[in-house]
Amino acid sequence: MTLRPDPTFHATAQLAMQAPVENYGFVVMLSPDGSQPDGIAVVDLNPKSDGYGSIVHQILMPNKGDEFHHFGWNACSSSLSPLSGHAFLERRYLIVPGIRSSRIYVIDTKDPLDLKIHKIIEPEEVFAKTGYSRPHTIHCGPEGIYVSTLGGGGKDGMDGPPGIFIMDCETFDIIGRYEMDRGKQEKHYDFWWNLPQDYMVSSEWGLPPQFENGLVPEELLSNKYGHALHFWDLRKRKNIQTIDFGENHQMTLEVRPAHDPKKSYGFCSIVVDTTNLQAAVFTWWRDEDGTWQAKKTITIDPRPEKPENLPPLLQGFEAVPPLITDIDLSLDDKYLYVSCWGLGELHQYDVSDPMNPFLAGKVELGGIARGTKHPNGREFVFGPQMVEISRDGKRVYWTNSLYSTWDSQFYPEQEGGQMVMALVGENGGLTLDKDFFVEFPKGHRAHQIRLEGGDCSTDSFCYPNV
Amino acid sequence: MELDASTVAALWGAVILSGVYHGVNPGMGWPLAVSAGLMEGRHGALAKAIGALAFGHLLAMLAILLPFSMMTALVRWETELRVGAGALVIAAGLYLLINRRHPRFLARVSPSRLVLWSFLAAMAHGAGLMLVPIYLGICGADLGDGGHEAARDLMGQNIASAFAVALAHTFAMTLAGGVIAAAIYFWLGLKFLSRTWFNLDLVWALSLILVGAFGIYLALYGH
Repeated sequence: MTLRPDPTFHATAQLAMQAPVENYGFVVMLSPDGSQPDGIAVVDLNPKSDGYGSIVHQILMPNKGDEFHHFGWNACSSSLSPLSGHAFLERRYLIVPGIRSSRIYVIDTKDPLDLKIHKIIEPEEVFAKTGYSRPHTIHCGPEGIYVSTLGGGGKDGMDGPPGIFIMDCETFDIIGRYEMDRGKQEKHYDFWWNLPQDYMVSSEWGLPPQFENGLVPEELLSNKYGHALHFWDLRKRKNIQTIDFGENHQMTLEVRPAHDPKKSYGFCSIVVDTTNLQAAVFTWWRDEDGTWQAKKTITIDPRPEKPENLPPLLQGFEAVPPLITDIDLSLDDKYLYVSCWGLGELHQYDVSDPMNPFLAGKVELGGIARGTKHPNGREFVFGPQMVEISRDGKRVYWTNSLYSTWDSQFYPEQEGGQMVMALVGENGGLTLDKDFFVEFPKGHRAHQIRLEGGDCSTDSFCYPNV
Repeated sequence: MELDASTVAALWGAVILSGVYHGVNPGMGWPLAVSAGLMEGRHGALAKAIGALAFGHLLAMLAILLPFSMMTALVRWETELRVGAGALVIAAGLYLLINRRHPRFLARVSPSRLVLWSFLAAMAHGAGLMLVPIYLGICGADLGDGGHEAARDLMGQNIASAFAVALAHTFAMTLAGGVIAAAIYFWLGLKFLSRTWFNLDLVWALSLILVGAFGIYLALYGH
């Protein structure tokens, strides 16, 4: 308990942009075969520091096989919500779920160079108190810490639908399920919200048998992965509307609402369209009458390729699908960054007009059958994957791994964890920083990045920009 | 039984001061008014939100004070009643002192239901209770040789003073919270919001204990 709000909490996205720049990044270290424990690496992001651009500290877990994927803070700018009336939490603990083990670690970052495990929530507790498994996305919100899950109960996570559960943000006790009425929602992936407008939006990847041992081609070609977006009355915990993008739009992944809570729109990415291998981004918005609408506003085409240059999974298609695996929206709601993990490209779209985005910048790096090298001459493994933008919008960081078993399917010969950074031009445009190239220790891949003091995919703001 | 004029003035001063105290506490809702004004982009929304918060607060004050105003008809037990009320307020303060966990249900209310939120916030923080010992003091002042009056008249009089106390308190609360909300909305900007947001939990719990102790003192030695 503190006497003042944490200085990293900001009332508006604008104020967050003016905050001091990040000194450290926390990055998931994943042992893809479970032979070593997973961990969190601390990357020095302060150009004036001796350790700049390298891993200066790391913490490994006491267990193996957790499969770290996404993680988040115990508290963020949403603590300044006028409704809670109580802003005295600390952005101090990282909530790190193991997507394969269903174990959750609470990691104390009080000293970023000396991370400590504060608490471990064993899978049995998650199962018993929620009936869910495979915890995934973390957001700090009105009633505590919200955790989305990808699996239901039972050994293979197919016993009932997955959903969201809530944890206490001080004791880290699991409180229970979020949903009162889930409507048509049966699959889960990402979720986020607009706190003053009191709505939540959630997406769908697939059920555990559809992702744990790799992408299942038959399931994909018969359009059995998720293709819907769900809108919720956040505080009534009810699904109020489901928009189906059409079953050919396989895997609705990241949801990125506009950061300014006055705006009623956001973006959701689609990994692949099974009719033409295109990837897409939909813009969703609320109409005057309160109903939600969505429209495809960005499409990215596949690239033709000779079968011999492709992994077995793609040889029959004779093309490289773009595979949008992550998107991230800058705090000024101006640029949407789109990682095309298959193509080996990171796109920057100007989304000032969310209905008419245009490509403002692009970087090529890695990619299936192309393997563009980094400007420093080194090989980039896989393609651009988890993206994180600095609060001021000037630096864009990304790592390369998607998910252990999927990496091996799309990039069978490759291995390694890497993190790079690109600089954003004054009027858009994206240039790779030649000097920033983090190699992860052998045996560990790199996934989601969280920036010290908050970033563009963790904080929710309760007051509009002025 | 009779209190001198200066004590009566002090008690009314306490009604007003506690109103100001509640008003400046962000936990009683002024940030909601700032948010409402900015979200809707018009000054009217700010005023409307302040009005809703005031109404919710008034209802909470009345919900606490009215039962006490009826009990004051039990004139024979007046001292016991006032000591009991003081003890209750002290107990509420001690509870908030020990259990610092914030009531989660406040964040569960929809942002559009400001009256309900304000009512619940005041109840959860014991804001109404804080007024009880002061109110009972004022009732005591009004009683005169109340022991001889008919119980019904007395009750009517005390209900009227419960309304007067709740209204005066809410007016002060609204003015104080409204001034802060308007200052941030019109001039100071949202940076000021997080800068001025102090954790009053400890002070709030201690003030309940203090007011409860004051109530007991007044009951035992005030006349």
